[in-house]
Parts: sequence; structure tokens; C-alpha cells
Amino acid sequence: MSEISLAQQNFLLTQKKHKRTVTVSRLCIFILFLVIWESAAQFGFIDSFIFSSPSKVFLCAYGMIQDHTLFIHIGITLFETIASFLLVTFFALIITILLWLNKRLSETLEPYLVILNSLPKSALAPLLIVWLGATYKTIIITGISVAIFGSILSLYTSFQSVDPEKIKLIYTIGGKKYHVLTKVVLPSNIPSLFSLMKVNIGLCLVGVIIGEFIASRQGLGYLIIYGSQVFKLFYILLL
Amino acid sequence: MEKLLEASHVGYSYHTMQGETPALSNINFTVHKGDFLAIVGPSGCGKSTLLSLLSGLLKPEHGSIFLYKPGDCTKAADPKPDSLQTPQDNILSHRQHLNQKSCHTIGYMLQHDHLFEWRTIEKNVMLGLEIQKKLTPETKEMVHDMLKTYGLYKFKDAKPSQLSGGMRQRAALIRTLALKPELLLLDEPFSALDYQTRLTVGDDIGEIIKKEQKTAILVTHDLSEAVSLGTQVLVLSKRPATIKAVIDIDFPDDISALKRRNSPEFKNYFNQIWKELNEDE
Repeated sequence: MSEISLAQQNFLLTQKKHKRTVTVSRLCIFILFLVIWESAAQFGFIDSFIFSSPSKVFLCAYGMIQDHTLFIHIGITLFETIASFLLVTFFALIITILLWLNKRLSETLEPYLVILNSLPKSALAPLLIVWLGATYKTIIITGISVAIFGSILSLYTSFQSVDPEKIKLIYTIGGKKYHVLTKVVLPSNIPSLFSLMKVNIGLCLVGVIIGEFIASRQGLGYLIIYGSQVFKLFYILLL
Repeated sequence: MEKLLEASHVGYSYHTMQGETPALSNINFTVHKGDFLAIVGPSGCGKSTLLSLLSGLLKPEHGSIFLYKPGDCTKAADPKPDSLQTPQDNILSHRQHLNQKSCHTIGYMLQHDHLFEWRTIEKNVMLGLEIQKKLTPETKEMVHDMLKTYGLYKFKDAKPSQLSGGMRQRAALIRTLALKPELLLLDEPFSALDYQTRLTVGDDIGEIIKKEQKTAILVTHDLSEAVSLGTQVLVLSKRPATIKAVIDIDFPDDISALKRRNSPEFKNYFNQIWKELNEDE
């Protein structure tokens, strides 16, 4: 390593300082929030029965960690979310490829996809439970139904936006439609697939929680509903 | 000289719901082995359409395009060619030619290099071989040799974005040449480059094509490029394009594209083409 000039050292120092200030300020805001909340509850500015307080939430969490119930519920929800996320990614990709391969199919199905996507999916959850029974499979399907149609639509749009000249290139060097798919369309859409996956993991969690709201005996959604029914509001706030 | 490609009475129109736009009508020309045909014409006259037709990406609506097969491919050829389209036995119509991947003898170089960012330069130039399943140790060796010859071997593991415009264009040419095309189609391959790079890359690519003894058809809107590279210039009219003139360009063989620009005949050819282009305005 060559020697670092004074100006560079100064620059690095200011950068470090800047980073530290940001981190410290973030922590301060969090602590300040807890302190205000706790003291407001202690001094009776807010009703701690309704708004709970950090100490109650902490005690509750401690108790649930002690008897492992928290981990069970988190584990169930995590499993359901990941399962529906993986299935959404897989099916969205497969269906989008099919739509891309067959223009007639995609044009026929497009209005249906738009309608299905604009449906309030949380309203579907009770129906699904009636149809499929109150099992974890139903909850996974609820998670899928929230994310899949939007995924297909946005993935299909990004498939369509591949530079037609790049597709032409594949044909000029003797490729077929299969090569266009594997050499151009799929690799160039990996970034959009990843950004879609980031959105989907959140959507799947929402779907799974909705499913658990309605029918389950385990999971975070179940805890939230149970908490609100028995007025143990610190449950909900904990989550 | 050996005939390589012949276009006879070729016509093509674009169709949309709003109507029909004729792009080309009654185009006739012949390309011989070793020729460098430059096609010039006003913008939007259908030059690129013509190349797409020649490469077989589009099918002509009228007339036909014949590709004369090189010797070693004829035995693999379809024994019963289309009866309407065969003036001679060793000719195949375009569609049949393209069905035979083993004899893919046309290389098409597009306006932009379209090197894929997710592949290294080496993988990019081997894309054609990969698609046609011709990736053998020998063809790899050949590609490596070409990369060495054209000064890109050091960059074989680089991403396309790390290369300059001229280098990228050379990589695109190697990608095209790796398939050993008999005929090269160049669709304004230098127009995306800045002027200085354009002159040097034009010179480079002209040399490469001469050295590899390829036949080439270049579409361009740059008249000086056409004169400096071509052995023959085809002037097209406004849309629907027809052939207005064919001008033979005669320079000594050993003179490079850049030197051509300095020779006294250059201006004469330039003016002659200019006059043909602007005759009816």
C-alpha cells in the first residue's frame, strides 16, 4: 500500500464521523421513543391497558421465550411464509415463461390476470378456508394468492421490455426461440426477478398473517387475533 | 468470379392495421465471392429491411434471393428444391438454406454490439458457437486466436462495459466471424461510435474482412465510409427503395480504408454517389 495523503486521511475521517453520527442518532430516536412511551404509561398520560408499555411488552416476550411458545409461533409463520414465497416465485416464473412463449395465450389471459390481481385477496381468504379447510396448506395458498398475480404481471412486463435488437441478434447467429429465452430473456431479467422477490416476501407474510387471522391455532396471525380478543394488547404490540 | 448471392426482383412491404408501407421494390443485384458491396440510400429507405431479407430473418414478398452454396455444403442440401425458385441446381432458396443449421453461412452484424453484460467477452464471442452447439476445443482455439489477433485476448475475462466502443465492436465482429460465415452482412456497424473511433474501427474491420477473405455487404448512410470500404456501391432511392445506380469503386488492392480517403479518386466517387442520391431533388 502506498502512503495515504493528508487530504485523503481527512476525507476518511470525516466520512467515519458522519457514519457514526447517523448510527448514534438512529439509536437515540429508538431509545427516546421507548422512554416517552414507558413514562407516559407510568404517569397515566395514556391508558396502559390499551396502549400497553415497553416493560409489559418486554415481560411478555420474556415469558413466551421461557415457555418456547414464541418460537413455535414464529417458526410456523416463517415456514408458511417461506413456503408460499418459494411457490410464488416458482409458479410466477413458469407461468410467465408460458405466456411469453405463446402470445395468443398471453393476450387472451391478460384481462383475467388484471382482474385477479385487483381482487381484494384478503377477502378471498375466508372462501379458501371454506373450500380447503383450516389447515396450514390453506394458509400457504392464501399467501400465494396475495402475491402471484401481481408477480406474473410485472415479470411479464419486464420480459416484454427486453431489447428486440438483442433478440434479433440471437436469430442472426442461428438461434431459436428457446435460445432467446435461455440466453437473453432469462439472464437479462434476473435483476427484476430479485427485486420482485424482495417485494414478494413481504406480500407473502401479509397473506399468511391474513390466513392465520381467520383460521389457525398457531402462528403470529393467530397470536394477534387471540391477543385482541383477550385484551392482552401487549401481544399484538410485541409482534 | 464465383457468384455467392443473387437477389432477383425482390420486394417487401410492411403491414400494419393502418395500411401497407412498401419498403423495397424490384431489387436486383449479384454479389460475387470476395466483393465488398456497400449499400447507401436516404434514411428510412429500407436498407436495413434489405439486410434482414438477405439474412433470411424476413421472407421476401416478391421475387427471391438465392444463395449459392459453397462446395462442401451442397451434398447436405435438400434434394428437391422449390421448383419455382431454382434457376440452377446448386442454388437453394433462402428458407431452405436457413433450415440447415450445419451450413449457416451468413453472418449478420448489427448496429450496436449487443454484447451481454452478464457474460465475459470470451463467453460473448462464443455465444453463436454455443447456440449452434459447435463449441469444440478446435473452435475455442480458433476464437482465442482471433481474440489474440485483434488485441482482445487480455480482455477475455472482462465484462463488456469495461471495454471501449471500438473494442466492443471488434468483439462483436469476432462473435460473427466465429461462425465462419461465407457472407457478412454489416448493418451500419460503426454508426454508434464517435467519429475518430469510427475511422479506425472502420479501417480495422475492413482489414479484418480482407484478411479473412470474406464477402461483405455493408449498409451505411455515410457515403465516405461506403467509398473507403466498398468495391461496389449500390445507391438506393427513397422509399419504396429501388436501385438507382451501381458504382464500381476501383482502388489498388493493398491500400487501406484510411488511405483511400486521401487519394484523389475518393472525391470523385463521393461526388458521383452524392449526385445519384440527390438527383431528383
